[in-house]
Amino acid sequence: MSPALRRICALVRKEFLQVIRDPSSIAIAIVQPLFLLFIFGYGISLDATHVPVACVVDATGPNAREFIGGLYQSQYFSPRIYGSMAEAEQAMIKGDAMATIWIRSDFERQAMTGNGKIEVIVNGVDANTARLVQGYLIGHWGQWLLKQGATMGLELKPRIWFNAEVRSRNYLLPGIIAVIMTLTGTLLTAMVVAREWERGTMEALLSTPVTISEVIVGKVIPYFLLGMAGMGLSVLTARWLFQVPLVGSHWLLLAVSCLYMLAALAMGLFISSFSKNQFIAGQLAIITTYLPAFMLSGFIFDIHSMPTVIQWLTHIIPARYFVTILQTLFLAGDVHGLVIKNAVYMAGLAAFFLLLVARNSRKRLD
Amino acid sequence: MWTRVIALIIKEFLAILRDRKARITLIGPPIVQLIIFGYAATFDLKEVPYAVYDEDSSLASREFLARFEGANAFRKVAVLQKEDEIRQLIDTQQVLLVLHIPPRFQSRLTREGNAPVQVIIDGRNSNTAMLALNYVNEIAANFTLNMARQKGLSGPAAQLVVRAWYNPNLESQWFIVPGIVGLLTMVVTLMVTALSIAREREAGTFDQLLVTPMNPFELLVGKTVPGLVIGLFEGSIIVLLTVFWFGVPLRGSVPALYIGLLFFSLSIIGVGLMISSIAATQQQGLLGAFLFMVPAVTLSGFATPIANMPEIVQKFTLFNPFRYFLVVVRKVFLEGAGMELLLTEYLCMAAIGVVTLFTAALMFRRRMY
Repeated sequence: MSPALRRICALVRKEFLQVIRDPSSIAIAIVQPLFLLFIFGYGISLDATHVPVACVVDATGPNAREFIGGLYQSQYFSPRIYGSMAEAEQAMIKGDAMATIWIRSDFERQAMTGNGKIEVIVNGVDANTARLVQGYLIGHWGQWLLKQGATMGLELKPRIWFNAEVRSRNYLLPGIIAVIMTLTGTLLTAMVVAREWERGTMEALLSTPVTISEVIVGKVIPYFLLGMAGMGLSVLTARWLFQVPLVGSHWLLLAVSCLYMLAALAMGLFISSFSKNQFIAGQLAIITTYLPAFMLSGFIFDIHSMPTVIQWLTHIIPARYFVTILQTLFLAGDVHGLVIKNAVYMAGLAAFFLLLVARNSRKRLD
Repeated sequence: MWTRVIALIIKEFLAILRDRKARITLIGPPIVQLIIFGYAATFDLKEVPYAVYDEDSSLASREFLARFEGANAFRKVAVLQKEDEIRQLIDTQQVLLVLHIPPRFQSRLTREGNAPVQVIIDGRNSNTAMLALNYVNEIAANFTLNMARQKGLSGPAAQLVVRAWYNPNLESQWFIVPGIVGLLTMVVTLMVTALSIAREREAGTFDQLLVTPMNPFELLVGKTVPGLVIGLFEGSIIVLLTVFWFGVPLRGSVPALYIGLLFFSLSIIGVGLMISSIAATQQQGLLGAFLFMVPAVTLSGFATPIANMPEIVQKFTLFNPFRYFLVVVRKVFLEGAGMELLLTEYLCMAAIGVVTLFTAALMFRRRMY
């Protein structure tokens, strides 16, 4: 065994002993991902069902009744009849109804000439839910129109690929795994290296014949394994507890996760290379990696909807590529072109950060 | 007694604001976050890329497709000639949806009165998929209505007229940005208070505090006031930016907003001081703050509605002060509410504040004797 290899082995062994003695690293790598996965998995959902809708029907004919009656069949609505618009408006103000449907008394007569009007008021404060409710109503109206009125019409046959039940959890959870792994990877290395400086043991290490690159390799190996254990646990939880399908190949998932873990660890090392204090390193890790991974990675807010300048900004965030890969591997399968393209960007960023780390960390004590 | 408390308050302010770096950290990052998140946190669809596969190429199909070209929400990126091109385009995310018009579209439309159109949507982001499908639905239904009116009706037909209250253009920004007022006030207040006692303990000055004639109540007041002042100050800056930078309308009464902000800050300070009196080091304080903050933000209705959560989780959110403040801030900003509509929220936040502050004081006491 060459001396360099022996030194690295010794460092790795030392690091493992430290992990076993001080379980805070295990807490960051294993407990934290599970805690976050539970909170996000149960807490974040964009599926609005059984939305309370106030109905005011002044018309008496069968067509209006047909329209309202259809709402009861839908899982999206839980309709309630109100006697007058004033009462319905009161319900909207109090938050008891998300939307009001108003069919006026002249509806039947107007409808026969094709000029009927079904009026809808939605509470627009929560714009996304309002849009979804509006969309459900439009879908309902389109079907009603085809069934009741028009002899000719266009029947839409939507097919939603990769997520036929349109369950938001299926796309949110893979994204959440990316966010969590970002936090775990950076926090692990950033805190551990900073701790070494704080306690003065880094200086002791530097006085030995180990080179700085050996120190870095000795740090990366154990925390890489620890981080991957957390990743594996998260994938299992998503798959079996939250029932997210995993269509793509497990090997490909493992390969890109390794690559991403490397990028996250490199970011952590980079942070620790200019902050030798655990507290600042921890805060920097949260502000510079966790928050961008949350807001700018496309995990919940679609990148295509952001302003152009912010879309550019997302390109320097490694989580963005990992989120795309994970969503694809979980739901769509092995789309090699897409996965490879994003993996190349991720590898590029990982190499960039590792290069910065190598430049920044020379053997010196200042 | 009050001179002692005032002295402690002054000392706290000096400890927090003495350092230039610390002053910048209190103001800089929150404002940068507000600006970036304010623009990034949007669910609004914009220029959805789509492809067209028209096997009919008739007058009717072109008329239908023209409606998409006129819509701002869509951007046509490809015209397909073969069916197997669809898979490739969607898989690689070059388009979000493909409109497939089968052959005989026009003849079926006019003769049989029922012409299918296939829409294939990438469901990897189910929210975006649903919103896009809704737009397609709307265009299709209007097309049907129009055709029916032109060619004669066989039954009743009606138009759906949708209006939105409070947020007529349904802009996500109006929903998210007022929420950020609460989010950042919480982050800053929690950071200031969660580390305050741990910092003293690390520096050894907590023992010095203990030998002064101060009782736990005075200590509590002395530690609460600076957090409150900083929280209210930070909150005010963000409210101003929300109104003047993002142009979100502030329709309700400003006092109603500030009463909410006051109670909210107090409840967060209580949580922060509790964390701080348990934590032995600043690092533990930071960890505790993080452990509180993640569920507090996730289970608040900040980005996704509480109504969508499982029943049990919904019950759990009743202990979350941020949940109540979000209601206050959104009702005041958008719905123009006054104090009378917000009494429940005030009361709940005040109750959480009293409990947490009281517990924190008890915990100081335990540490003192």
